[in-house]
Amino acid sequence: MTESILKKRRGAWRIKLEPRLDEPPAWFPAAVSMGAIVVALILGGVIIALVGGNPFLSYIHIARASFGDVGVLSDTIVKATPIILAALACSIAFRMKLWNIGAEGQFIMGAFGASAVVLAPIVPAEASRWLFIPVMAMAGMAAGAVWGFIPGYLKAKFNVNEIISTLMMNYIAVAWINFWIFGVWSEGGFQMSPKFPEAAWLPRLSEYAKAIPFFRGLTTHGGLILGVLAAVVLWFIVYRSRWGYEIRLIGDNPHAAKYAGISITRNTIWVMMLSGALAGLGGMSEVSGVVHRLQTAPIAAGYGFTGIIVAWLAKLNPLVIILVSILFGALILAGREIQPSGIPKMIQGIILVCLIASDFLLRYRVTLARADVEE
Amino acid sequence: MDPIIILQAGVASGTVLLFATLGEVFAERSGVMNLGVEGMMLIGAMTAFSVTSATGNPWLGILVAMIFAGIISQIHAFIVITLQADQVVSGLALTFLGTGISLVLGEGLSKAGTVSLMPNFSIPLLTQIPILGPIFFTNQSVLVYIGYLMVPLAWYYINRTRPGLHLRAVGEYPSAADALGINVFRMRYMYVFVGGMLAGLGGGTLSLAVAPGWFSELTTGGQGWIAVGLVIFAQWDPVRAAIGSYAFGALRRLILDIQGPLLLFGFDNPFYYNPYLGFFLQMLPYAFTVIVLVIGSREAIRKRIGAPAALGNPYIRGERGK
Repeated sequence: MTESILKKRRGAWRIKLEPRLDEPPAWFPAAVSMGAIVVALILGGVIIALVGGNPFLSYIHIARASFGDVGVLSDTIVKATPIILAALACSIAFRMKLWNIGAEGQFIMGAFGASAVVLAPIVPAEASRWLFIPVMAMAGMAAGAVWGFIPGYLKAKFNVNEIISTLMMNYIAVAWINFWIFGVWSEGGFQMSPKFPEAAWLPRLSEYAKAIPFFRGLTTHGGLILGVLAAVVLWFIVYRSRWGYEIRLIGDNPHAAKYAGISITRNTIWVMMLSGALAGLGGMSEVSGVVHRLQTAPIAAGYGFTGIIVAWLAKLNPLVIILVSILFGALILAGREIQPSGIPKMIQGIILVCLIASDFLLRYRVTLARADVEE
Repeated sequence: MDPIIILQAGVASGTVLLFATLGEVFAERSGVMNLGVEGMMLIGAMTAFSVTSATGNPWLGILVAMIFAGIISQIHAFIVITLQADQVVSGLALTFLGTGISLVLGEGLSKAGTVSLMPNFSIPLLTQIPILGPIFFTNQSVLVYIGYLMVPLAWYYINRTRPGLHLRAVGEYPSAADALGINVFRMRYMYVFVGGMLAGLGGGTLSLAVAPGWFSELTTGGQGWIAVGLVIFAQWDPVRAAIGSYAFGALRRLILDIQGPLLLFGFDNPFYYNPYLGFFLQMLPYAFTVIVLVIGSREAIRKRIGAPAALGNPYIRGERGK
């Protein structure tokens, strides 16, 4: 059975499409994704050139400003850390075909929850780091989980479209932390909370520079460990646990899952809460590892949205997410200095578009054939 | 805090949502969900403002905005109709792309100063009608009046004309439509384009009439997503879409105005004395969107009406069912 959808005549040649009946070789999806990124970078370069920039200089600049030496590499990893956790959050929800676009809001609420521990205060300011960090992480995850629970519950009980509800929750989260930052915790009328005591900071590599001089000035913080740990745990949940099997089954075939006695309602709520908790941990890591205070701009910086692209690019695999996050961390870090400032966002968009389009190659075999030979 | 003024401004700001929602109604009626509305609106707002600032002609600005947003929508159309990819992910990607492109092309545009806007005028006679006259027909932008005309036209087109019947057929039962000789692929491309143009018109309405200027992503502030939500509330019907859009427009306006007066219903206005409470007011449109979705979804279940049957599914010729 041959099925032609795209019939493009090029003289006597034409593109012939056949659905793939066999699984493509293992290297093929990765190669297609890489190809899609290359195409995206070329397209991005064309647009940069069109608006009067120099694409080669832009890309060289991105590479040098993010991988050029140990210092900037460390900064790249700092940028990658929140992306790892946000992408993990998206990946587990997407696995069940739950379109949680609200990692951004859950991330923000996680930062709020962690900050409340310091600012409310739930833990006294003179407490040790061993008390602060675990309580902040738990509070961040709890706040993120609550923010994931609401759309999860609405989806499960009322069949409310989760894409829109999670997105609306993002805007509500921003207004919510603004209320606290501007109104309640404002430091002397500025749009930020007071700085946290150092016991509430995730440890940085530079703190150990006395023992290991190599670490001098390196900003990479303990959030990376949280992210990698979360990725490993999530990998085991998804691929090695009964729950993960249920989640994958619901995602691939909800009818089969239903007949197998798996509760879609319950799993929808639990997965949204897990997703929210992971994003919330990301927010905690950012507020405790980098910003050290609650402030809107550096927290609501779009990590949750980048997480969507990263999760998709990594084909929802938690371990691959770590690697892809580092690439996107580089893009964001270097992008801050590039003009026009919208370029990193645009390149992210182009990459996502190319990736989605390239999936076609995994489902269809494209060959060039002579029309007269076929007919 | 004059209710007439709030409603009058609400109708203007609701027109933005109206165009975007109507566009999405057309696209979804043909079976294609396009979550890229926010991105296309940003493209429209940026293009309309940019072209007007360069040429001084707001009509040209609106026209180019509609065409550019329509072209951008065709990326989504190609990916989901021809390449049969997931509509949710592709729509999201379109929002990213549209936001990114409008930020890049709109660089420096926020400092462009004032441009000539779409003209405002009153309709003679109709403005004399008590209450309705001042709200709907006094000193509104020409785009608002275009919105009034578009609602019954869209309803009539979808429900009472032959092309409208084809549109519904393609969204409900594409293989049957195909068997009748309707070109499903071409129809879907076309209505995604219509959706893109209307989203672009919505964006242009923002930057050239309702809230003049270019404020990067804040220009739309999630209105594209509210429009996507309103389509569900509207149950894919243009008239309900109009009601929802104007109600949301009035709500946005009320939130701005309620913080002004010292007294509210004879009591001290808490929003005046504690401006930080305003952040809770800012949440309202988004919270209401969620509430509207809950109501809309429940009603849809109860009445067993709702989404076009083929919404979200690619049409693959020769495949059984659907």
